[in-house]
Amino acid sequence: MPTETAVAESAEVSGLDNLELAPKTDKGTIGTRIWKNTWPKLLAVAIVLLAWQIVVWSGWKPEYVLPGPQTVFTDLKDVITTGDFWDGVRLTLTRALTGFLLAVAIGTVVGAAVSRFAPLRAAIGSLITGLQTMPSIMWFPLAILLFQISESAIMFVVVIGAAPSVANGLISGIDYVPRTWLRVGQVLGMKGIAKYRHLILPASLPSFISGLKQGWAFSWRSLMAGELLVIVPGALSIGVRMQQARDLSDSSLVICYIIVVLVIGILIDVIFNAADNALRKRWGLTGS
Amino acid sequence: MSLLEHTEVRTDAVVRLENVSKQYGSGAHALLALDRVSLTVRQGEFVCLLGASGCGKSTLLSLVAGLDQISGGTLDIGGRKVSLMFQEAALFPWLSVAGNVELPLRLQGIGKAERKKRAAELLEIVRLRGFGDKRPHELSGGMRQRVALARALAQDADILLMDEPFGALDAMTRDILHDELERIWREQDLTVLFVTHNVREAVRLGDRVVLLSSRPGRVIEDFPVTQGRPRRIDSPEVAGQAAEITDRLRAEVARHAN
Repeated sequence: MPTETAVAESAEVSGLDNLELAPKTDKGTIGTRIWKNTWPKLLAVAIVLLAWQIVVWSGWKPEYVLPGPQTVFTDLKDVITTGDFWDGVRLTLTRALTGFLLAVAIGTVVGAAVSRFAPLRAAIGSLITGLQTMPSIMWFPLAILLFQISESAIMFVVVIGAAPSVANGLISGIDYVPRTWLRVGQVLGMKGIAKYRHLILPASLPSFISGLKQGWAFSWRSLMAGELLVIVPGALSIGVRMQQARDLSDSSLVICYIIVVLVIGILIDVIFNAADNALRKRWGLTGS
Repeated sequence: MSLLEHTEVRTDAVVRLENVSKQYGSGAHALLALDRVSLTVRQGEFVCLLGASGCGKSTLLSLVAGLDQISGGTLDIGGRKVSLMFQEAALFPWLSVAGNVELPLRLQGIGKAERKKRAAELLEIVRLRGFGDKRPHELSGGMRQRVALARALAQDADILLMDEPFGALDAMTRDILHDELERIWREQDLTVLFVTHNVREAVRLGDRVVLLSSRPGRVIEDFPVTQGRPRRIDSPEVAGQAAEITDRLRAEVARHAN
């Protein structure tokens, strides 16, 4: 039976709650939001194109060495309308994805093991960080000796380039689980697997995702280096096509492939950022 | 349940500390945090632990919660279940509000349907019905503390330990949460050990206010609060007793002057 005071108290509580919750702000329609994000990027692209065109106009290099944007984009249009080109993209992306996933699997296992066992950390903790700073192109001579000119040689370098970042992301995520959360875990009686399942792994997710993002960047770079250096017969990847264009002294085509690689890099980065932002928003880690 | 039932003295001790000491480190660098503390909390009692900095209030709660080992004396909670709340709500951001409340139930292996039902009941108790699907960061500080309380209640503990749970909240919110905590304590028949450095808060809430000395922590005095409930933090009676305890506390702080 709710008494008068109980009702009044309940009204106080919900009144305070309503006052403390921030009123919803209108962020505008999707269209205006996209436009707000897009126009600075378009402007930046326009400035780069203009600068490029000015350099071409200045006559610093002959047109066949440094072609202007118009020539390049015409070539680019021709290139991307061939099915052949898309086979190359598919091959390159398949390699990238396979290598990356392999690196994630290995990096996760190594990272989890290192953060779990202190002696292992003492033994290889700093080695992992060292590997991360190692330029991946340095691995190719060894990779070629070990695996000859093959897909395996490329995979080896891609994985060794990316796995340390993934491992490090997981390790620092686990290391920096806030103390208060660990105390809550203790109070709730979490132990062993339950502690990992319900506390450590979810808590380390943001750091793990930045590790993945960095790992991707490393694997993509290693792969591009690999495709230029390790030319597997019959595999017409993007790197191989670029190398062929260079052999033919076709600057325009080389620039086309640079643009293609850049665009792929940007698109993948957008995906990682979307995942990162979604997580931050869910967790309330955004600034606003 | 009438208020009278609660003011009755019950004899059954739930928490019993006898000459409990806690020392950190050893040798010359040893720090004695608690020195022969004796304290008994009875079933259904609301006891406030009060002291200046360095009195080992939080240490005491950690010991009772079993998060830390005592160095000497005896500590007996009769195998009862204990839950602990902190100054920070420390909710997990990857779970919804309901998910946080369900977590203790999940760890106990309770089925999904039952968990949902129980979490809804608990959110109702802390007056957060309809907020289950929100994320912790979407709530205000006071609301988050209520979710933390619901999570603590989900542990179905006999003893609720609270470590300055309202310390980070503004006065208005704290005032209202005092009413809420008092109501829930009464309705759920909880035993509460509440740590604070706010004298008025201690007098507002406690059946007893236990004053601890600093470095090392010792029980100096045990003040029974005789005011009937419900109390108001700004009532003259509460203020009067708070002034008396504050004087005692100040004397203790002055003892540490050079």
